[in-house]
Amino acid sequence: MSPLRRFLRTPEAIAGAVFLAALFAVALAAPLFFPGDPQAIAGPALLPPFKDWSLPLGTDRLGRDVLAELFHGARTSLAVGLAAAAAALAVGAVIGTLAGFAGGLVDEVLMRITDAFQTVPAFLLALAFVSIVGPSLGVVVVAIALGAWTGPARVARAEVLSIRERDFVAGARVIGMHPLEIAFREVLPNALPPVLALSSVIVAAAILTEAALSFLGLGDPNRVTWGGMIAEGRAVLRTAPFLSIIPGVALVLTVLGVYLTGEGVVETTAVRRSLS
Amino acid sequence: MSGPLLAVSGLTKRYRRGGKIIAAVDDVSFHIEPGETLALAGPSGSGKSTIARLMLRLIEPDAGNIEFEGSEFLSLNGAALRDRRARLQMVFQDPLAAFNPRATVARVLDDPLRIHHIASRAERPRRIAALLERVGLSPGLAGRAIHEISGGQRQRVAIARAIATKPSLVVLDEAVSALDVSVRAQILRLLLDLQREERIAYLFISHDLGVVRAIAHRVAILDAGRIAESGDARDVIDAPQSAIGKALVAAAPRLPRIEQDAS
Amino acid sequence: MTALLSIGDLSVTYRRDGAEVAALKHISLDVATGERFAIIGESGSGKSTLALAIAGLLPASSRIEGRIDWVPPSPSRGAKDRQSFLFRNSLPLGGRDIGFVFQDPSASIDPVMTVGKQIAEVAHAHLGLAWRDAYTRARDLLERVRLPVPDAAMRAYPHQLSGGQKQRVAIAAAIAASPKLLIADEATSALDTIVQAEIVALIRQLVAEDGMALLFISHDIALAAELAESIAVFRHGELVEFGSTAQVVSAPRHAYTRALLEAHLGLDVEPLLRQTGT
Repeated sequence: MSPLRRFLRTPEAIAGAVFLAALFAVALAAPLFFPGDPQAIAGPALLPPFKDWSLPLGTDRLGRDVLAELFHGARTSLAVGLAAAAAALAVGAVIGTLAGFAGGLVDEVLMRITDAFQTVPAFLLALAFVSIVGPSLGVVVVAIALGAWTGPARVARAEVLSIRERDFVAGARVIGMHPLEIAFREVLPNALPPVLALSSVIVAAAILTEAALSFLGLGDPNRVTWGGMIAEGRAVLRTAPFLSIIPGVALVLTVLGVYLTGEGVVETTAVRRSLS
Repeated sequence: MSGPLLAVSGLTKRYRRGGKIIAAVDDVSFHIEPGETLALAGPSGSGKSTIARLMLRLIEPDAGNIEFEGSEFLSLNGAALRDRRARLQMVFQDPLAAFNPRATVARVLDDPLRIHHIASRAERPRRIAALLERVGLSPGLAGRAIHEISGGQRQRVAIARAIATKPSLVVLDEAVSALDVSVRAQILRLLLDLQREERIAYLFISHDLGVVRAIAHRVAILDAGRIAESGDARDVIDAPQSAIGKALVAAAPRLPRIEQDAS
Repeated sequence: MTALLSIGDLSVTYRRDGAEVAALKHISLDVATGERFAIIGESGSGKSTLALAIAGLLPASSRIEGRIDWVPPSPSRGAKDRQSFLFRNSLPLGGRDIGFVFQDPSASIDPVMTVGKQIAEVAHAHLGLAWRDAYTRARDLLERVRLPVPDAAMRAYPHQLSGGQKQRVAIAAAIAASPKLLIADEATSALDTIVQAEIVALIRQLVAEDGMALLFISHDIALAAELAESIAVFRHGELVEFGSTAQVVSAPRHAYTRALLEAHLGLDVEPLLRQTGT
């Protein structure tokens, strides 16, 4: 009850959460509002916004409904962002826990692999991966996760290093628990809070990376994406700037919303942790 | 099985601290008979807790032998060691730190029963209830989280977990030091009851000679990693021979009524 | 004997998860100048809350009712000039009038400041001494708390000291401004028996030499009885028994005090092992 109240006392967190909730609603409702193919031609080409109320945000170069594209693009952005972040957090937490708990050679090998991934810029990694394997939604998710798991891995390892010295881990060894069960059932859940605190940053970065890949034409070609919309609008940037601005603003607000909500959650749970 | 339950010989553990090598445990030997309580007493830094951790294989010694139930304990590894752990259990000083902060009472007691195949999944809730009753707790406590129950209840749960696998030896590392005095007396009585009924031997580690005298058959007094003296608990505490034994006895707080009774 | 500290009808309530928890209920007691006073009780008895209330260290969220009167025995004010600091936050001042020694010395001393500087800081802040004089005083204090090689200890950092030595440093810092009252809250509980006896002897000596009053808070009735002239027994936030040490220990009036005395395992008690007849 009280963490929720504390969360509600931070206005920026509320603003973030409200926007994010609206975005989820839009993403879920997209097939209801725009049941057809968002990439189908809906009207005359390059119709500016607020001229025709059946196409409130106008149309693009091919006469596609910008609002329909925006709604369906929200689905892609959120799906890819959340899936990539979840994959990065899961892989990072598991590798960090194994490295921290096992120590010795296992730790050494896993952390050098982490170093290797961390020294290559995440976006280049994603770019290379998609170029080789070919663009599809799943590949894009993997490509983004590939560059994002190292942060969670390091945080998880640091946390595990301190937790594994605690008495309850010794207690689990004393009753004869298998080391893997100790690592994943006793240690990992207790190491998660600081790892999860990274999630807002990772989701936000994943959404941006997805947009950048789509902008470069490496997104899933069968889906509408905000990055793809911006790229589309680039050719007519002088005559119809709204085609780039509308998805651009959506992107900025989404990333901001994710970040503010995440920070709000971290803040309130951190306060609760320090109080108890 | 002939001979003692546990025979420790030449146990040594060294640490490197600031370039110097310090022996936390230095050539320590002792033995424990079935159903007997041996206390290890000594000031902080005397190596008593290190011995507890060595006994449980939480850390590895630099030298020495541990023979437990007639077989070599230090050479066991992996699955063989985990199986053997059922017979040798431990209770920690701080019962809150000794449990996973997210655990419930039922889960804590379920683990040893599951790991050592003592009871089937269907049978376990009944076994857990029986264990709770055995240590003087209501079976209704099973669903509670560890952090919700009192310190005394927690230590009873820790004892229940330790006896779940029917061990022959339980190492009690300052197991009553963090408890309130009234709770402490109850826990000591519980330990004695369990010992009498199940013939469990205890290695009882404490800095408090009053508690040692109340519960132990024999005592070994440690100083700087070595055993300074050992013998019958009452004899050693009533008339210590070593310097450290004398210092420990002199330092124990006494109620002034002793003098009044004598006068 | 004049009262140094007079507590009247003091109640303290904490807020925890929206619920009010009474930590102290209607406590009244007086501590005289130079008196050695012990408060004993088990966990949750409110004994530490009382210490924090006297030192003005309770968290802001707690609700305090009643009065804590501090009677400064300084001649300029006169003994009748009582100031209730709950309502006028002028007196007493933690550090200057009250020295506080906590259970865990590592938590109460700054790990990245030299021992000498921490003690000198107290003298500098509260006695207005110049830094040079404050350092001289700090060195004298380290000698008084019998730290081996005080000159080396001045330059040492807390992690270089043992637990007992750290507690000696904490005591030196607590008495650096010559307080009228020294509060020791479970100050020896984290130490082993031998070091505990040394620290108790040290506190006894310092209190006698400086004419300080001592509020010794402990869960150990035997330890309190060795040190204090009077004992107050707390349970569940209430004062259940109060009297001279001899009376409380040899003729306890309250059943709870008797239970505490019986639960004490001295070196003279009949071993439980024999009682149960094995």
